[in-house]
Amino acid sequence: MNRRHFILTGCAAALGVLLVQPQAAMADALSSIMARKTIRVAVPQDFPPFGSVGTDMAPRGYDIDMANLIASKLGVKAELVPVTSANRIPYLQTNKVDLVISSLGKNAEREKVIDFTTAYAPFFNGIFAPPDFPAKKVEDLAGKTVGVTRGAVEDLELTKIAPASLTIKRYEDNNGTISAFLSGQVQAIATGNVVAAAILEKNPPKKPTLKFLIKDSPCFIGLNKNEPALLGKVDEIIAAAKKSGELNAIAMKWLKADLPADL
Amino acid sequence: MTYQFNFGWLAEYLPVLLGGIRVTVQLIVVGAVFGVALGIFCAWARALGPKWLGAIVGAYVEMIRNTPFLIQLFFIFFGLPSLGVQMDELTAANLAMIINLGAYSCEIIRAGIQATAKGQFEAGASLAMSPFQTFRHVVLLPALQRIWPALSSQIVIVMLGSSVVSQIAAEDLTFAANFIQSRNFRAFETYIVSTLIYLALSILLRQVLAWTGRMIFPRRLAR
Repeated sequence: MNRRHFILTGCAAALGVLLVQPQAAMADALSSIMARKTIRVAVPQDFPPFGSVGTDMAPRGYDIDMANLIASKLGVKAELVPVTSANRIPYLQTNKVDLVISSLGKNAEREKVIDFTTAYAPFFNGIFAPPDFPAKKVEDLAGKTVGVTRGAVEDLELTKIAPASLTIKRYEDNNGTISAFLSGQVQAIATGNVVAAAILEKNPPKKPTLKFLIKDSPCFIGLNKNEPALLGKVDEIIAAAKKSGELNAIAMKWLKADLPADL
Repeated sequence: MTYQFNFGWLAEYLPVLLGGIRVTVQLIVVGAVFGVALGIFCAWARALGPKWLGAIVGAYVEMIRNTPFLIQLFFIFFGLPSLGVQMDELTAANLAMIINLGAYSCEIIRAGIQATAKGQFEAGASLAMSPFQTFRHVVLLPALQRIWPALSSQIVIVMLGSSVVSQIAAEDLTFAANFIQSRNFRAFETYIVSTLIYLALSILLRQVLAWTGRMIFPRRLAR
């Protein structure tokens, strides 16, 4: 083996060690969190009420409160890492964060690459109307007028199940749908619980309350695969927070509604 | 070009397109008839009417001509319900178009009236006609004839502008195109089809207006 070969081999070996190193560190995320005394959490910053930047430039929202809750139960500091919906899973896979609390929905493709805890936040589409509007199921909407944002998931789902005598008014964007509801041009709206919460935050005379669900896809906390200790611990914290009412308090604060009983 | 055109959706969504065309045609017919009628009244008020009425009409015309049509539409549909005036989206769209065309056609028709030679008014008066009779029988038709091409263009502009009524969920041709596009995700083809329909409607509308002009004004304009 000449000298050049020796150097090349050495470099390759060093590179190999570098590549393997993070894998080794990831062996048990929970113990490295405890050793670091910090948990790194990916949170949204552009998706109110789950995560946004407040007037004091500090992150605020449902997901931020959830991250802080988990950190305090673990007795560590929360380090909030702002992510977008496109890069939240890559951040987890490249070990830049320990948890993704970023209004993450569960589906088969995602389940192949990461693990999910139990659900921590409700996220659903439904029919919302003032409290005195009588409707418990889609058949009750016969003869009524419902506003929806054109092309949204709730538009497609409602169109499929709507009774023939239901008039669906389709607006260009959520603002149009909200204005139509508040000005009484439609009796009810089909929209997401997040949009309904945004309306409630403005405290309007017409309060949108949930009549029934159209499509349910709650939010889960994402973490790397093969981390049973961390998964178990976070599940335990979520279950305890549901029981103690702490999670319900967060839901009331950000979504202006109690947690659904089946969450 | 590698784009693969696909017009397979046309058959499925044809009823939606036809419904959209029907609403757009209805909007422009109602809007043009009542809008021009309102314009004639306003033009009379500004050019020949009492001063106080001219001032009120002037304020209305300036208000409408200096604000966007979409905002006027939102004001009527989303704003007025706060004052207890509730109407469905088609009524709101019709009303907004009448008010809008009324203001623009007022100024066009007023130009026609003011271009009338002074001798015409004097001729009317010398035949013992009242000012209104002079306006009705001597001034109005030649005035309209003078500005008919400009008025026709304005009506076509209002028809094309009616595409924004889709914003308040009035189901016109643009609404139909947006609706189809949000279901088939074939934006290019959908908007090609709706563009061609708008083009055909405009050409047809111009023909109808030219024909109407020939009906109302049988004689050539004296120069």
